[in-house]
Amino acid sequence: MGLLSKKDSKLILDPLADNNPITIQVLGICSALAITAQLKPSIVMAISVVFVLSVGNVVISLMRNIIPSKIRIIVQLIVVATLVIIVDQVLKAFAYTLSKELSVFIGLIITNCIIMGRFEAFALANKPWQSFLDGLGNAAGYGLILIIVGFFRELLGSGTLFGFKVLGDSVEKTGLYAIGYENNGFMVLPPMALIVVGLIIWVQRSRNKELIED
Amino acid sequence: MAIDTDKNSYTIIFAIVMVLVVGSILAGLASGLKPLVDANKRFEKQQNILYAMGINANEGTSDVEFISTDKVEDEFTSTITKQYVIEGTKVSEDSEAYLIDIKKEESKAKDASYTRRLPLFEGEKDGQPIYVIPIRGKGLWDAIWGFVAVDKSMTIQGVFFDHAGETPGLGAEIKQRYFMDDFAGEHLLNDAGVYKGINVAKGNADPKNERKSDNAVDAIAGATITGDGVTAMIMKDLKMYVPYFKTLK
Repeated sequence: MGLLSKKDSKLILDPLADNNPITIQVLGICSALAITAQLKPSIVMAISVVFVLSVGNVVISLMRNIIPSKIRIIVQLIVVATLVIIVDQVLKAFAYTLSKELSVFIGLIITNCIIMGRFEAFALANKPWQSFLDGLGNAAGYGLILIIVGFFRELLGSGTLFGFKVLGDSVEKTGLYAIGYENNGFMVLPPMALIVVGLIIWVQRSRNKELIED
Repeated sequence: MAIDTDKNSYTIIFAIVMVLVVGSILAGLASGLKPLVDANKRFEKQQNILYAMGINANEGTSDVEFISTDKVEDEFTSTITKQYVIEGTKVSEDSEAYLIDIKKEESKAKDASYTRRLPLFEGEKDGQPIYVIPIRGKGLWDAIWGFVAVDKSMTIQGVFFDHAGETPGLGAEIKQRYFMDDFAGEHLLNDAGVYKGINVAKGNADPKNERKSDNAVDAIAGATITGDGVTAMIMKDLKMYVPYFKTLK
């Protein structure tokens, strides 16, 4: 018996694959489209959501017996908004250029449906530790897809990773470009993120037939 | 003891307490981090001013690269030798002129009795004095602003533009190298010494930007309004400095 019981580790591992918030529950698609044109913002967004969701889940879970049910959605909203403002302020103070790049998307974490969904569906009915694991798992599942999509979109769309020219220089025609390779400009546009997500869903479901609905 | 969480009085008290707690946490955080955030904004301004003067880390890349934030303060104080505030015909030195908020000055100047304070930064490059002027205007969606570095005869040495929310891929391209680099060497005055500004022109028939004295650079396709905004802010804001430059000759 390790640090986590079997039930607890299921809370973390399930959302990573078989119950992934993006590919299975199809939540949080909006931000997955908007910020995944490059790898770096995808990773920062993933980290921010991990923070907001796991801490938020714990806070909601701690308050679950004292929150008046009539205003529980507003209370959840306040908790998300507070955490998001904290993330925003910290980024502004310690990673200014990044915060300028992400500007509006950090604020948009508030509207990320995964967060409200987990608060309402899990944290309100479970103990803090389980809620923390659930938040961690779901945010990580979301972040994982974000990073995969960001990886392919930046690599195929701009020929770079983290801004480094891994495929050679498209202007100077070095590396792959020397033999006639071209960047796919479509990949930097939001609709392609949807198609990449679709491909991930396809791969996932063909590997695990149980996920296919009738 | 179980609390009746459905009672109205409980709900109201809960809401009030929650707002107070959250409010004080956020207020504390914001004021605690304010010095750091302000420093970042100051560094950004210094980086932009130095960028317009051609002091940057552009070497070996096609992107806009500023000199790093840990070096910018030293570089700024050693490069910008003098900072002036121009008020009407009065010119005074002020080492904090770069902190003047030109947006506020612009709105104050609507009152005709107010003499607008115009900041001007003087530095030296290759033995020649260079003057950097902040400008601000409107793009298609939101504010655009920038810094223009000129020499004594008002020939542009370099520019930096930024924007709050222009269309990505179109108007937002004003902060790209290929657009900003075109301004270097352009004349703000015509041959007779009259202020003409720089026209961001469609159908300029000079895409390689070889004619430096035509008071025009090539516009970005699909970014007409943002381009007009750049033209307008150069026309309006730089013009106010012309009397000062006449005195330099």
